[in-house]
Amino acid sequence: MSGLEDLIQVLAFPFMQRAAAAGAMIAVMCALLGVFVVQRRLSFLGDGLAHAAFGGMGIGAFVIVSSGALAQGGALLRNPLWVAVPFALLTGLGIAWVRDRTELSSDTAIGVFFAVSVALGVLFFSRIPPDVNIGVNVMDLLFGSILAVRTTELTIIAVVAVIATTLLLALWGRLAYATFDDELARTDGVRSRLLEYLLFGLAAVVITVSATVVGIILMAAYLVIPAAAARIWARSMASMTLFAVLIGVSTTLAGVALSYLFDLPTGSAIILTQALVFVVAAFTQRR
Amino acid sequence: MSSAARTDEGAQRVASAAPQRRVPVLHVHNVGVRFGDAQVLDDVSFDLDEGQFLAIVGPNGAGKSTLVKVALGLLRPQRGHAALFGRDAGDVPERIGYVPQLKTFDRTFPATAVELVVTGLRRSWPARPSRRERDQAHAALAQVGAETLVDRPLSRLSGGELQRVYLARAVAREPAFVLLDEPATGVDYLAEHDLYDLLERYQARTGATVAMVTHDLAAARYHASRVLVLNRRVFGFGLPDDVLCDACLQEAYGHVGHSHVPHTHRHALR
Repeated sequence: MSGLEDLIQVLAFPFMQRAAAAGAMIAVMCALLGVFVVQRRLSFLGDGLAHAAFGGMGIGAFVIVSSGALAQGGALLRNPLWVAVPFALLTGLGIAWVRDRTELSSDTAIGVFFAVSVALGVLFFSRIPPDVNIGVNVMDLLFGSILAVRTTELTIIAVVAVIATTLLLALWGRLAYATFDDELARTDGVRSRLLEYLLFGLAAVVITVSATVVGIILMAAYLVIPAAAARIWARSMASMTLFAVLIGVSTTLAGVALSYLFDLPTGSAIILTQALVFVVAAFTQRR
Repeated sequence: MSSAARTDEGAQRVASAAPQRRVPVLHVHNVGVRFGDAQVLDDVSFDLDEGQFLAIVGPNGAGKSTLVKVALGLLRPQRGHAALFGRDAGDVPERIGYVPQLKTFDRTFPATAVELVVTGLRRSWPARPSRRERDQAHAALAQVGAETLVDRPLSRLSGGELQRVYLARAVAREPAFVLLDEPATGVDYLAEHDLYDLLERYQARTGATVAMVTHDLAAARYHASRVLVLNRRVFGFGLPDDVLCDACLQEAYGHVGHSHVPHTHRHALR
């Protein structure tokens, strides 16, 4: 059987279709965010907010177990994302606030929130009795399980993707202007401070929802590698955005297919495919 | 005819055409700015009238760029206030053309000259400039002698070329007030000379008001119709010949540890 036939057969499985759809939506959101993250020199933000998601999931799981919702509520109510998303949102806004109000650099501000979130995650996961099944596997949370994505998660990702993509495209011109030169944009009436809070808040929500599928450890790569590869090839911010989306989506679909065909961990296959594109871009860069 | 006489004449023409109460283009009143323990601006007041060319001079750390930020509404002073055309700067962005310091420019940002100029027209970053915007940007670039740079990446431009593109961006929508923060930093003598020439031509054509932060006292004396000598407070504001005197400069520059006005500047001013 040829590789193409294999691929077609692979994509016929519902779980593969869900994985491809979730991966593609995450790739689009992360690429749209990633171009601003890379150009604002905030590459560490992906790591920081992904670990905030870990802290939030830990708190969320603990709240569900201790409130008794595990036994009573439906699948949606039992999802720790209800706590993880607001927690990461507060973390994202907190990082933006520290950047805004202190003279600390971005990586320092992110590093503080990163450490606190991991500590909270470990603390709250450790308080859950080992015999209680909370529906959250810590190893899956860390390394991702995109092939195991369920319809509930896919629905949540789709809702966030529609909101985030609409907002990012609507604000793209002002975000790009403020990214180029914050002061210049402000003289033209762009509310760049508000946009920065919005960008951090959106990144927090997108990363938290995505990290539960892609994995916390690999999340930052989604945000950074497609945008970085696109930057090497692009001559304009618009083409960088378009290339980042194309690279993100195509490497995700290729990574999902390769992981199935060669029995590889899916998250690793996606990130390594992205890295391969980055290496090609770096070698073909025009000087 | 000197630049000062020319621009004053222009201002008088405007004044006679509008006999009502004349609102200064830039009004700065008792402005005080403090960063922590440091008093950066103290009781700064002056009015800049239509058609004038103001040079803001002073030593490093004198508060020149802070004053620019206050004028543009980017920084709210703890005391006093500033107004452009009688209003907050944020209310009249379409009437202001701003050229920031080139040293703040991010060379990693993927952009072409035409895209930067179009930001001056639509006040957001263009994903794809329209045909009309491209034509307008091309005209603005031609006005500053940079029409060949249209599709050049900004990262590949020299300091002088970049300066022209920023100036084209600032004048693209023909603002009534052009404000430049040390535009000659990092460019050679000829590029600096070209800049003043372009500004004077723009001013002669449109009657616009220009204010510029500069370290070049000789250029301030030659090109400006008004000079503001600043070192936290105002040490002199008026005609270049009156303000750029040794005693005034000695006093202003001496406040930040200079024992004397740089010899080269004194020589240029005699």
